[in-house]
Amino acid sequence: MERIPILRMGTFLLVTIQIEMDDRIALRLQEDLTSLIEKTGARGVLLDLSALEIVDSFIGRMIGTISAMSRILNAKTVVVGLQPAVAITLVELGIALAGVKTALNVERGMAILQAEDEEDSDLKE
Amino acid sequence: MSESMPIVTSQDVVLARQTVRKLAQETGFGIVDQTKLVTAISELARNAISYGGGGELQWERVSDNGKKGLRLTVADRGPGIADLELAMKDGWTSGSGLGMGLPGAKRLVNDFHITTEVGEGTTVVVTKWK
Repeated sequence: MERIPILRMGTFLLVTIQIEMDDRIALRLQEDLTSLIEKTGARGVLLDLSALEIVDSFIGRMIGTISAMSRILNAKTVVVGLQPAVAITLVELGIALAGVKTALNVERGMAILQAEDEEDSDLKE
Repeated sequence: MSESMPIVTSQDVVLARQTVRKLAQETGFGIVDQTKLVTAISELARNAISYGGGGELQWERVSDNGKKGLRLTVADRGPGIADLELAMKDGWTSGSGLGMGLPGAKRLVNDFHITTEVGEGTTVVVTKWK
């Protein structure tokens, strides 16, 4: 079965979904990501969805679950690159991705993760 | 002219999405309407597998007074829906979903028609007009 690659960039994990996702691939990504957060102690996850042509309720739920699970594992998730047509459809479908942090693109998403990580380490000092 | 494809595996849901995307493009729908229609079919196709034990997608190009549209039917021969009113409510689910499938799909198309009979199956017909 196909697998979505997860890249490690410093203390962050980068996931770029480039394939048509069926439900099993989506579930596998959830599992892979959580075990990698645990293994690497990653502080943030950047989920790049710019190549996705649709997000239906199943994929929407996956996004919410990844965000919640990574939070519990002390990593923040930022979803970036949702296409305008996908965003419009999601809202009409009734899924507003409440509680999921989003940014327009990878660059801005990375900036959010870095800023929050620095804030966290400032608090510790 | 009407054609069809089976919907049995989660890979078929992906195929159904690709098929509807192509049909919507051929019909001349813009990107937002294409996305809405493909998303609606993704919900209905998944429902047919999760609750109906698999089914079939049929498609038909339709026109009304020079207006072009696409009519899609997802049918299964599963257990049917005992309480249709409940199933059409936002947030209600009998399974592990978000409960957005049916009501969400309805909001994404122009016409939405569902018939279901306990023990016989469920048929959903959706139409989107250009």
